[in-house]
Amino acid sequence: MPLTVKKQGEKLVASIRGDIDHHSALALRNAIDEAISRFRSKTLVLDFSEVTFMDSSGVGLVLGRYRNICAYGGELELRGLSLRHMKIMKLSGIEKIAKIKGGEENVKAAK
Amino acid sequence: MLKPQNEMKLILKSHSVNEGFARVAVSAFAAQIDMTLEELSDIKTAVSEAVTNSIVHGYGRKIGNIYITCGIYDNNLIRIKIRDNGCGIEDIKKAMEPMYSSLGGDRAGLGFSVMECFTDKLKVYSKPGKGTSVILEKRVSIKC
Repeated sequence: MPLTVKKQGEKLVASIRGDIDHHSALALRNAIDEAISRFRSKTLVLDFSEVTFMDSSGVGLVLGRYRNICAYGGELELRGLSLRHMKIMKLSGIEKIAKIKGGEENVKAAK
Repeated sequence: MLKPQNEMKLILKSHSVNEGFARVAVSAFAAQIDMTLEELSDIKTAVSEAVTNSIVHGYGRKIGNIYITCGIYDNNLIRIKIRDNGCGIEDIKKAMEPMYSSLGGDRAGLGFSVMECFTDKLKVYSKPGKGTSVILEKRVSIKC
């Protein structure tokens, strides 16, 4: 599974590696959701720094996990988004509801 | 449309595992034009969206063929056609609305928005019960 999940203080950090497309998103979704219900952290961090490709399935993955963590009264943080990832994320307006750490310049630069 | 300088055709089954193969195969063919990595990634992303649509919406639970044609034309124009014989789209305008998905769940409904964002031209032809064709066009710059 191209995913590492660990607890960093109060935060649950899920680092994704490789390609995120419709095919890979299903297993990622199940593994992250399982970790959310197991750890019950208030903050879920999705780290994209090692993601090599992402299409709109990545946005679906983020929106779905956002809904899930909100159900636990938690919040979502996104890390390591490249300019390209950000451009795709911004089509959904996710940057308005999730905290984005690192690469803030990409948030502004992405049209 | 004039004749392409070079062209490739690919037929693959609508198994989701082929999404990665389809985008890599098209980008490997398109890469004979010396474009930027950014432009190559644009092509990969748009192809991934179109192929995913055929798999998820066109065929759904069935497995069918996806036909991909990629042509290289004068002035660095790349034209990619992705066709399926799936269920077709009743209302193309609605399907192309950002954040609209007929399936819900984890589908963001952004497939066509991403295709539009990363290409110069997008055309969609569909007949309910017959299938859908998506044509993507991108003119790339020559790297100096």
